[in-house]
Amino acid sequence: MAITEENPGYKWVGTRPVRPDGVEKVTGKARFGADLILPGMLHGKVVRSPHAHARIVSIDTSAAESMEGVKAVITGADFPDLAANGAHPSEIDVANNTIARDKVLYEGHVVAAVAAITREQAEAAAKAVTVTYEVLPHVLTVDEAMADDAPLLHDAMITKGVDPAPEEPSNIASKILHERGDLDQGFGEADSVVEREFTTKPVHQGYIEPHAAVADANTDGRAHIWCSSQGHFQMRAYTATVLGVSPGTLKVTAAEIGGGFGGKTVIYLEPLAVRLSQRAGRPVKLVMDRDEVFRATGPTSGTRIKVKMGVSKDGKITAAEVWMAYEAGAYAGSPVGAAGMTAIACYDIPNFVVEGYDVVCNKPRVAAYRAPGAPMAAFAVESVLDELARNIEMDPIDIRLANAAVEGTQASYGPKFPRIGFVETLEAIKEHPNYTADLGPNQGRGVAAGFWFNAGMMSSATVHINENGTATVVTGSPDIGGSRQSMALMAAEELGIPYESIKPVVADTETVGFNDVTGGSRVTLATGAAVVDACRLIVEDLRGRAAKTWDVEVDQVEWVDGQAQHVDGAQPPLSLNDLAAKSGRTGGPISANASLNSRGVGAGFSTQLCDVEVDPETGVTKVVRYLTAQDAGRAISPDYVEGQMQGGVVQGIGWALNEEYIHDTEGVMENPSFLDYRIPVASDLPMIDCAIVEVPNPAHPYGVRGVGEVGIVPPMAAVGNAIHDAVDVRMTELPMSPIKVLEALNENDG
Amino acid sequence: MKYVAPSSVEEATSLLSSSPSAQVFAGATDVVPQLRSGRTAPEVLVDLKKIKELVEVNSDGDKWTVGAATPTAYLTEDESFSHEFPGLSEAAGLIGSDQIQNRSSLGGNLCNASPAADSVPAMVVNGVRAVVAGPNGTRVLDVSEVVTGPGQTTLDDDEFIVEFEIDKMPNRSGDAYLRMTPRTEMDIAVVGAGARVTLADDGSIEQAVLALGAVAPTVVRIPDAEQALLGSTADEETLNAVAAAASAACNPIDDKRGTVEYRKQVAGVLAKRAVVIAIERAEQRNGSN
Ligand SMILES: Cc1cc2nc3c(=O)[nH]c(=O)nc-3n(C[C@H](O)[C@H](O)[C@H](O)COP(=O)(O)OP(=O)(O)OC[C@H]3O[C@@H](n4cnc5c(N)ncnc54)[C@H](O)[C@@H]3O)c2cc1C
Repeated sequence: MAITEENPGYKWVGTRPVRPDGVEKVTGKARFGADLILPGMLHGKVVRSPHAHARIVSIDTSAAESMEGVKAVITGADFPDLAANGAHPSEIDVANNTIARDKVLYEGHVVAAVAAITREQAEAAAKAVTVTYEVLPHVLTVDEAMADDAPLLHDAMITKGVDPAPEEPSNIASKILHERGDLDQGFGEADSVVEREFTTKPVHQGYIEPHAAVADANTDGRAHIWCSSQGHFQMRAYTATVLGVSPGTLKVTAAEIGGGFGGKTVIYLEPLAVRLSQRAGRPVKLVMDRDEVFRATGPTSGTRIKVKMGVSKDGKITAAEVWMAYEAGAYAGSPVGAAGMTAIACYDIPNFVVEGYDVVCNKPRVAAYRAPGAPMAAFAVESVLDELARNIEMDPIDIRLANAAVEGTQASYGPKFPRIGFVETLEAIKEHPNYTADLGPNQGRGVAAGFWFNAGMMSSATVHINENGTATVVTGSPDIGGSRQSMALMAAEELGIPYESIKPVVADTETVGFNDVTGGSRVTLATGAAVVDACRLIVEDLRGRAAKTWDVEVDQVEWVDGQAQHVDGAQPPLSLNDLAAKSGRTGGPISANASLNSRGVGAGFSTQLCDVEVDPETGVTKVVRYLTAQDAGRAISPDYVEGQMQGGVVQGIGWALNEEYIHDTEGVMENPSFLDYRIPVASDLPMIDCAIVEVPNPAHPYGVRGVGEVGIVPPMAAVGNAIHDAVDVRMTELPMSPIKVLEALNENDG
Repeated sequence: MKYVAPSSVEEATSLLSSSPSAQVFAGATDVVPQLRSGRTAPEVLVDLKKIKELVEVNSDGDKWTVGAATPTAYLTEDESFSHEFPGLSEAAGLIGSDQIQNRSSLGGNLCNASPAADSVPAMVVNGVRAVVAGPNGTRVLDVSEVVTGPGQTTLDDDEFIVEFEIDKMPNRSGDAYLRMTPRTEMDIAVVGAGARVTLADDGSIEQAVLALGAVAPTVVRIPDAEQALLGSTADEETLNAVAAAASAACNPIDDKRGTVEYRKQVAGVLAKRAVVIAIERAEQRNGSN
């Protein structure tokens, strides 16, 4: 582990204790989204469009309604017409994506839902709902969608970000642009220029747990929802919008979550379950099948990206020109904005233009996926940089060092970087034995780097001291990557009591203050800071109580190792246990709340080193060695930090080699199962070696930056660059499947 | 839907004869996904695993018999079987995962009649025979005679396979099976290639059988490659001829798992490699073992 700043003597922060949710999970007791069973509960089933693009002419639910066991059937007409109510366009999109009103925009788009006593009855009733469609021509890729005579998904879509605004509608939702310096001059100064075009396919987050929701509606208009999500406050807000009710009428309890990676920050089933429950007067459970997860949730964008970059002989990047188009799926909102901001953010480049387009097409609406937008852009930029380094015969780490953003660099997307650790990640790779390990025949080595902002946003925490001096740490951030352990470690450090004495819990929307979603790698940073704040309030309170007990001024009391100590030792110390036992006589229960807007984010950087072996006769690429170096700021829980680093890499390797949405010409997904949508299995991978770099974030009490996302940014380019090193083919299309690699090898031979 | 678990072959055949929409199953690793997806809807499901002779592996002096419903894990775990038929054992060991192999059977793999079934090319090159029971007693078929196309077999609705007979591996013989999948596990063959060779005393090839999976509606033999190998020592030129013959023997389709071009090219590569491995194994297999 590369530690750039010594651990300042923490007792708990930085240790690797047993995870607090471990026992429940390994004994099967943890309750995930689909596990809840309520008395009288009905089973729901959703009816989905078989067409990629069609007008709904009519929906006949009468046959389904009269079937045995059926208690409710709903369609888009059972929801308020937000457009007519003047709602914000983004809210209308959320509603229409939840259940179509007049047009279906992708295969799998919801058109109706039923609830019945058994799942079989619900499935039969769903089949009996008759929908008459007028099939419309569809567009599946950015190329098709941007073509001049392309059929339109939304008749009134006028491209934003273009001045003057276009008069004609199109499938381009918006344009983004970042510029600096003078491109012509920059390319004029270059000794080597490389220009390449890249394409990537939509890929799914691939969480193992399918979406599930249970709703129990009351006759007074209130409802309770249990669901697996990355943010139950967000689920509450979206569901309230779609139902046209006040968020306060909904209570949402977060189930344990079996993976999200960004894909569970949005709603699909919750409003349907509530409406079905209202109509039926009984609780309703909706659970997606895997093929529904693929057809109608996630994925992230397919893209086309062009990159032109120039370097001088000494390795300085003189100019960069990036053009990119990102599929948004059915509704505006691809991550092209973030892609534009991150594409070249690792480097200090004097002249650049980054231009991007958010393009709708007849595929499921994209959802966030780990560092949304950044990985595809990095695949393109880092591949071109690799080629430039080769052209000028420079080491791939050295060329990145020569251009690396450092503290004070004006980031390509605007602000000046505060303290960051990109250079340290590059150095960590260079110092690692993998960097000089021998390569066998048909093996090659690739380097790539990546940047992600990391988010801050709003969090709340409550800390209760129990009567025996143990503590309950309550937050509203669903734990998708080990945050409960990190909360407990920081609380143990602050309170000076053992980690085992702390129970971290995730409470429902009525039991703790507001928390934004678990996303943007923000929870250990922002919710962690709220926990630290609350613990510090507790310590203040405890010092006051000790001062009262001893009849001294509070400044005579210090909090050390979980006990109040008199500065001069004039009194025997009072432990947290002593104080808790006496709380009734010193002011009542000991408890504190903290709510905050994050005080500042810490940007994350990752540099990765990949060794592959390519079978030159079959095109199969095997990853034989992999090292990831990432700046965590401070690794509160090194086990989980490594887990995040490795998880990001593994998903990136899947994206690089095999994962892709395959659609037939009618726009129907052909591979909606884990058999043909190939996420890596354990035997596909070597152990992913981790070098945790710790360059503390000045805006967090322990220096945390957030680690969940940036790890997925470099892998596609790292793998592609390694393939090039191994067999001398430059792969510009994802996935770099055996078929494509063999085609490229054949072309080289021919 | 009704579930029945007969305890004898006779009971099973009479059940099948009396219920037209009945389907047998062994591990159900194909049957259950097909039921779930709505592709099949039999009225009666007949569990073959409760019939003793269908779930055992035996060897006498000249041959092995493998019960048709025996979990394929038995074949990979039985040391003497896998030592004698490493290719067939490896093919069985490629099916799905450990969990799948604790259920999946050779009978199911064959009768599901997927062009990509892994054990089938390995059974074909080893000349495996299927003992089929029906209302009028049993008949014996070569494995290569069972499947006629995707999902289609020559068995009647009231017939099922009881066991497979495999003649002992002769001296100086060896088998091999290789498959190409994008993933290392939990995947379906894009191309599969089985080979079995017997060497003469001088080391030249006396007998060769090659079969490909996943490149045509059924497993295909490669007579031209077999011919090219006879009498040779599998030098580079011969192996290239094997590869060319394998590519030519393919009649594949373009689908989400592979292209025609890719399947043809890689069929040649795997056929060649399988032959090389089979020869190495044959060289090691002489009188003493
Ligand atoms: C996750 C997963 C991974 C898989 N991976 C692979 C793989 O890598 N390679 C591969 O080849 N297959 C794979 N399969 C498919 C399947 O596991 C194999 O085909 C397996 O050998 C089937 O055996 P079974 O006993 O489970 O068959 P069943 O599902 O029980 O039966 C399959 C078919 O054969 C018929 N049948 C079964 N036994 C008999 C009999 N004795 N006589 C006549 N008909 C019979 C049944 O009626 C049915 O039509 C996979 C399946 C899954 C679910």
